Amino acid sequence: MWSYERRLQYPINIKEPNAKAAQIIISQYGGPDGELSASMRYLSQRYTIPYNEVAGLLTDIGTEELAHFELVGAIVHQLTRNLSMEEIEKSGFAPYYVDHTLALWPQAAGGIPFNACEFQSKGDPITDLMEDMAAEQKARTTYDNILRMVKDPDVCDAIKFLRAREVVHFQRFGEALRIVQDKLNEKNFYAFNPAFDSCNTNEMKDKR
Amino acid sequence: MMKNHDMSREALLHEISVIDFVVVEMTMYLDTHPYEREAIAYLNHYVKMKNELEKEYSCQFEPMSVAYAPESDDNKWLWSLAPMPWEGGCR
Repeated sequence: MWSYERRLQYPINIKEPNAKAAQIIISQYGGPDGELSASMRYLSQRYTIPYNEVAGLLTDIGTEELAHFELVGAIVHQLTRNLSMEEIEKSGFAPYYVDHTLALWPQAAGGIPFNACEFQSKGDPITDLMEDMAAEQKARTTYDNILRMVKDPDVCDAIKFLRAREVVHFQRFGEALRIVQDKLNEKNFYAFNPAFDSCNTNEMKDKR
Repeated sequence: MMKNHDMSREALLHEISVIDFVVVEMTMYLDTHPYEREAIAYLNHYVKMKNELEKEYSCQFEPMSVAYAPESDDNKWLWSLAPMPWEGGCR
């Protein structure tokens, strides 16, 4: 069960509209390494993870990603509000505008719509956690790329916060992976899938 | 309603679910009727009741949310150690 707090996790106060920046940043709203993808990935993976600490972590990070989805939405919204028709046409925003006006719609910077194929939920804890760690790094790279292109300090400040969170999540997922590996056979982590194979975990851990 | 401290985990969870549903339903009603004083009073009554029951649950079992962690065990992080709701934790 979820509940909503009527506040942003990090303040967003953008004074200057910038449709070009919005078209880039929207990739973190609905793009391949975006916040929606991140949240849906973790919140979908958690059911089959057989270790409570890891299922709990996936729930909590998946929840924070929803707050980030809101932050990126707020950034894109503030970058596109009060745009004139001239600015819309000059900045290359017209193809988005014609379909969505100034509404938020989850898509990548290149216009590709959000798609669940951008993430996996594989049902194997090592596989899923490796994907999660890669996902955090991919998002961090995207934020680095955004910071190279966008110069407005009001925008960069929030992007830097989001980037820092990717690094922390990567660290926590690394710890979760170690928790999982500690419960497996240290000579062969892949001897069985603890989320699927029905066997005595300790017996399998001792098996050589 | 039974006295809280006499309630089992299942009974307490059921009570919270029933009362939270009133809160969810009344929230949406008030979103479109924001000046109905009678409805606000009704909602407030159930929000208080829900908070008390969740505090009670968090004290007896595991924290219902991180906001209730101070009611829970100081020595171990039951938030992650307790069964997840889909595994028969807080059903």
